[in-house]
Amino acid sequence: MQRYSILSLAKNALSGHRGWQPAWRSHPLKDRYEVIVIGAGGHGLATAYYLAREFGITDVAVLERGWLGGGNIARNTVTIRSNYLRDESIPFYVKSVALYEGLTRELNFNMMHSKRTMIDVVQTWPKLRDLRRRQLGMDIYGSTYERITTEEVRRRIPALTGGGPDARLPIICGMVHTDAGVNRHDAVAWGYARAADARGVEIHQQTPVTALIRGANGRIAGVETSRGTVKAGKVVVAVSGHTTTLTETVGLKLPLRTMNLTAFVSEPVKPLVDVIVNCPDSGFYFSQSDKGEMVIGGAPDQGQSFRRDIKQHVFEDTVTAMLSLFPSFKKLKLMRQWGGHLDIAHDASPIMDETDVPGLFVTAGWWGGYKAIPAGGLTLAHLVAKGVPHPLMAPFTIKRFRHLDFVMETGTTTAR
Amino acid sequence: MLLIPCPFCGARTESEFAFGGPVKPDRPDPNAVSDEAWVEYVTVVPNPYGPVQERWWHVRGCGTWLTIWRDTRTHEIVEAPDDAG
Amino acid sequence: MTQVNRRSQGGRIDRSRPVRFTFNGTGYEGYEGDTLASALLANGVRVTARSFKYHRPRGIVSHGPEEPATLVELDGEDASGNRPVTTVPLKEGLSARSVNCWPSPGFDLGGVNQLISRFIPAGFYYKTFKWPDWHVYEPSIRRAAGLAGAPARPPSSGHFEARHAHADVLIAGAGPAGLMAALAVGRAGKRVFLADEGPEAGGSLLNRNLTIGGRPAMGWVAEVLAELSGMENVTHLQNATVWAYREHNLMIVNERAPGRDSILERNWRVRAGEVVIATGATERTMVFGGNDRPGVMLASSVQAYVNRWGVVPGRRVVLFANNNSVYAVAADLVAADVDVAAIVDSRDDVPQVALDLVPGVEVHKGAVVSGVKGRKALRAVKVEPRTGGGGAFIDCDLLGCSGGWSPTVHLWSQSRSTLTYDEALAAFLPDTAVQPCRAVGAAAGELTLDRIVEGGADLPYAIEPLWRVDVPGQRDKAFLDLQNDVSVSDVQLALREGYSNVEHVKRYTTGGMGIDQGKTGNINIIGTVAMEQGVPLQDVGTTTFRSPYTPVSFGAIGGLREESILFPYRHTPVTQWNKDNGAVMYEAGARWRRPGYFPKAGEGLQEVVNRECHAVRDGVGVYDGSPLGTFELKGRDVPKFLDFIYTNVMSSLTPGNGRYGLMLSDDGLILDDGVAFRLDEHRWMVSTSTGHADAVNMHIEELLQTRFPDWQVMITTVTSQWNNATICGPKSREVMEALGTDIDLSPEAFPFMSFRDGTVAGLPARVVRVSFTGELSYEVNVAPRHMAELWDKVMAAGAPHGILPVGSESSHVLRVEKGFLSLGHEVDGTVDAYDLGMGWIMSRKKPDYMGKRSVLLRRDRGGDRRELVGILPEDPNRQIPEGSPLTPGGRKEATEGVVTACVWSVIQDRWVGLALLKGGRARHGETAHVRLKDDVIPVKITNPVFHDPDGVRLRS
Repeated sequence: MQRYSILSLAKNALSGHRGWQPAWRSHPLKDRYEVIVIGAGGHGLATAYYLAREFGITDVAVLERGWLGGGNIARNTVTIRSNYLRDESIPFYVKSVALYEGLTRELNFNMMHSKRTMIDVVQTWPKLRDLRRRQLGMDIYGSTYERITTEEVRRRIPALTGGGPDARLPIICGMVHTDAGVNRHDAVAWGYARAADARGVEIHQQTPVTALIRGANGRIAGVETSRGTVKAGKVVVAVSGHTTTLTETVGLKLPLRTMNLTAFVSEPVKPLVDVIVNCPDSGFYFSQSDKGEMVIGGAPDQGQSFRRDIKQHVFEDTVTAMLSLFPSFKKLKLMRQWGGHLDIAHDASPIMDETDVPGLFVTAGWWGGYKAIPAGGLTLAHLVAKGVPHPLMAPFTIKRFRHLDFVMETGTTTAR
Repeated sequence: MLLIPCPFCGARTESEFAFGGPVKPDRPDPNAVSDEAWVEYVTVVPNPYGPVQERWWHVRGCGTWLTIWRDTRTHEIVEAPDDAG
Repeated sequence: MTQVNRRSQGGRIDRSRPVRFTFNGTGYEGYEGDTLASALLANGVRVTARSFKYHRPRGIVSHGPEEPATLVELDGEDASGNRPVTTVPLKEGLSARSVNCWPSPGFDLGGVNQLISRFIPAGFYYKTFKWPDWHVYEPSIRRAAGLAGAPARPPSSGHFEARHAHADVLIAGAGPAGLMAALAVGRAGKRVFLADEGPEAGGSLLNRNLTIGGRPAMGWVAEVLAELSGMENVTHLQNATVWAYREHNLMIVNERAPGRDSILERNWRVRAGEVVIATGATERTMVFGGNDRPGVMLASSVQAYVNRWGVVPGRRVVLFANNNSVYAVAADLVAADVDVAAIVDSRDDVPQVALDLVPGVEVHKGAVVSGVKGRKALRAVKVEPRTGGGGAFIDCDLLGCSGGWSPTVHLWSQSRSTLTYDEALAAFLPDTAVQPCRAVGAAAGELTLDRIVEGGADLPYAIEPLWRVDVPGQRDKAFLDLQNDVSVSDVQLALREGYSNVEHVKRYTTGGMGIDQGKTGNINIIGTVAMEQGVPLQDVGTTTFRSPYTPVSFGAIGGLREESILFPYRHTPVTQWNKDNGAVMYEAGARWRRPGYFPKAGEGLQEVVNRECHAVRDGVGVYDGSPLGTFELKGRDVPKFLDFIYTNVMSSLTPGNGRYGLMLSDDGLILDDGVAFRLDEHRWMVSTSTGHADAVNMHIEELLQTRFPDWQVMITTVTSQWNNATICGPKSREVMEALGTDIDLSPEAFPFMSFRDGTVAGLPARVVRVSFTGELSYEVNVAPRHMAELWDKVMAAGAPHGILPVGSESSHVLRVEKGFLSLGHEVDGTVDAYDLGMGWIMSRKKPDYMGKRSVLLRRDRGGDRRELVGILPEDPNRQIPEGSPLTPGGRKEATEGVVTACVWSVIQDRWVGLALLKGGRARHGETAHVRLKDDVIPVKITNPVFHDPDGVRLRS
């Protein structure tokens, strides 16, 4: 793998940047691999990378319907954090945050990881009780969450001028999560793809999988693609939103439904807010990107949808809630908005497991899955390679549903 | 915002409705069904890439629960309630 | 120097009304009807901006919302940032500044980036800034990025507003095609909603000198507008941008300055039967070395400035094109006495009809512009054969470029309708519509007036694509995206590194991601990718078109709906009394505002709560219980229905009596708890917790309408039909007697969990004996119109007994002392009734009810479950924060429980708590450990009832 550094950049500049090698290569599609990963999104690429790097499994093909990094990883709001409620969840996300922080070095690709802190703006007492419960649980696992006064919230977020004593929802206090950060989502996809490629993983774009194939023994046997049949003893489905579309081709039913979630960015402006602002009682959150855009997210739409669109009333509610707390944003302009689809499990926690079809693995139900990419990839690779769940992912197997043992992790996004 | 055909009120905008979820198979007799079948009934909902049968409650209107078929790829309502005008 | 470039006549400006304005601190004068761009050009201002990355000097490129180069920030009353200079209407006193340069665009310190440009190609930041850490570099990069300053405050006056409209046909764009469509559907009597983004209707006709039926085209426009204005079925808006195309033909329109000074902008939601997309076409830039220098403009924009604003943006003009449209531009310039030095046409064959328009103008066929002289102002262009070699410079101070025309298909594409690449027009055109919409006019590829309006005279269109000038020896960068400084070499680098999909190219180079969203340049990026990869443009495809079409202020999107319009709140007739009596009001779930506590001067929270609790335990208190969800159910089948939705048996209740019950969803999770009373044989009253009333209502209606449509059960929400004052405490019977009632209050005649109708204090009332505090209680329900009167009378009747109003803080303490559960505290999605010590409520008699099977299935697994216990801190004065974890031995490891509540008990005179603890019921008497951040609190595990465990008092 060609090293990226200030020196290599300078050297290449002198030769008109003609010496750069492709970040990943094109290969002919073989008819058999040890492992097929469906979906070259964050989780798929990370799984392939860790299979190669941690477990030495390099006969891996990542099959992507469209373009590499073009799924939800191209559409999310890049918030990385570990402020969860349950013992099942907190250590998993703590691990993910730690892996993210080392990823620029590990992959030799600048993720522009900016550990810039998240501040929750608390406007109701029940929410404060919920967050305080998280605080002490998180402390056990080394994640930080501290209460600050309203005055301190306003000092650190000067644009937050709404929510005063006479407001509809006055600000009560803030909670500070210093482990939270943002990074560059495209770089995560590209960095994993480049590092996986360097270790022998093949990435095949424009290769839609149309069906899974089950062998006579009931095991997974491979996949049908637009470019022909490809065999493999192990197949990983990492296709957020379309999980059930694929698993139904082998008659497998999963407790997932596909929902649409939108995000939007403002015009780029000079630095105004240097933390991630999360307002769970009002139902929105945002951070300012290094380009200066406010990157804003809110609640999901009602109903199932694969349309990746914007429901106007949901969008307007998000904007209006934001203006109630940030009235100066009335003059800020919307520049771009988009939707993404994700699948949500019955208990709104992720599912990572080998399914009832032996050799067929899924990673799904990611609902805020961007922050989970490194830990999700690492632990799923562990399961694929070793056949037993990694301890961090053990609570998230499908088996929990057999006894309706839900992992009730509310507030994984700011759904109202 | 969908335009949802209410059998009493005609086409109304989505913000007047609450989403009632996709229509599940009939509830099995809990005393006659296997654990697996019960769990599937409770946790699995139809999630088609295409038309899904679903319910909406016209809560900010006439109060009717209605059933439509909506294509999850396009939002097109491919089948309105039987008695929608 | 005033308006040196202004023609003495012509244009749609009012020379009798001069307008003064400042730009970057210098004062200028323009005319009414100018945009800031036309006024600056009239005044000969060439350098108006610096570019984003390299800080190269830039000028004005276009005349509309597609402007890629010059963004300005407005000061004062109009303060707003990142406005394309071409869309800012000039007005008296306007003060504007260039974004992204300091101290000025003429002398910009950021310009040093030009010197290191070879070291900062596309995506350079992915390869560098890694050592030691991104945080070292990030602050300065953040300061350098961003364009305008962030808005400092909301508009100082005026407001935004929202409107809804329904139309048979919405027409986006009031150019010739849009006006034709409006006439046709308007005359047919349909409801028409015609919206156009500009200040004036006419579209391209405003910029061109065309005729219709031999008369000036703008005369035709005036006639059409007159006819439309006489039609009541036509709504016609200018300054109104259709910026989003949503599902089911919902169109979002942003109308600016809609006529009344107090309204800044208006947000329209328009539901249209059909949408007609008449959004015209956008001219493309030409791509060659130095194509970003001030003085390089779109050819049609040069034409627009001359014709529409009477401004000649240069003395000596060269035009560079690959299509016919530029010949009409040249003809207009010649007619305006502008010196057209040459037309450089990349085509070898130029149609004679085009050449006939410009007799006397030198035309270089098969030639291209491959370089420029002049850094801050164009001085000359280098012209050479398309295949390279033998170039010569032509002096000029203005270059008008036309790379052809792109139909404006943003809305079409947003509707998810498909596009197809048309070889003849070298453009992506609307293909198959997937919603009821059609494209007309230039948006549909009909690029000349004769194909749109009968009698329209126009030069036929013909083009041979030229995605970039590909001659050797171009030293300067050739830009594809001026706003984000993306050049051809950046795209080549992206492709070389494997970023081969057009979406990769966009993201790696940031091409097309600026405020203009690449309106003039994206097609050239696609063309360059196609050239490099040797594939047709159709195969490269476009990047996704996303709303908004042009930026829209959040203020307009939010409309007038902030605060209590977005989050309406519920309150009761006692609210004013509460406020008058010093209550601290809270948000209490389900959008209710309720009193938290009633402090006296100088009192702390705990003192107040203790005072209120003592009143209830020793004397009497009263609270307003109106927010509890209340439903009346009527019909023959109510008993079996209630038996299905509650875990316990309700059907055995006799009229006048009630029972506490638990509702589950079918997956076994607790949905709600409440009480059900049988009013008579067929009428029942059900109450729910405040927070879950709406969810329970939905649950019941869904079951009744979808699963049991034949059952005779009707449900009516009566939460706001009944208000109540709940009098509680050992003295409450005395207070009831003092109020005066015809109901026999003796416990034998009116026992716990029954109700009686009668009069209280002369008011018709329904009195219910329930208790959420553990004390003798009378819930006195009256009509809302009587509530304030009842409340006053209760306070008066209770005064001799020291009655106090009780807030939600004290209610919490009172219920914890009794071990009554609260849905937000003890019920958190992990416990069932058995865990809560309420196994008795799970009927064994009933073969089926909601959730039964799931609870049994879950418990089948066995293992220790978290169970409700009481906890007593070893130090009775030690408060435990609610939500604290319990861990084995207090060690820092996985939790075995959680403290759900902890209150100062006036009964126990110490802190007491409730907790969910693994295997907790078998551990009474043992010690558990609360794990705090830096401390461990040992607690004794007890029964979760700290007061009157036998329930003697509430039954008294």
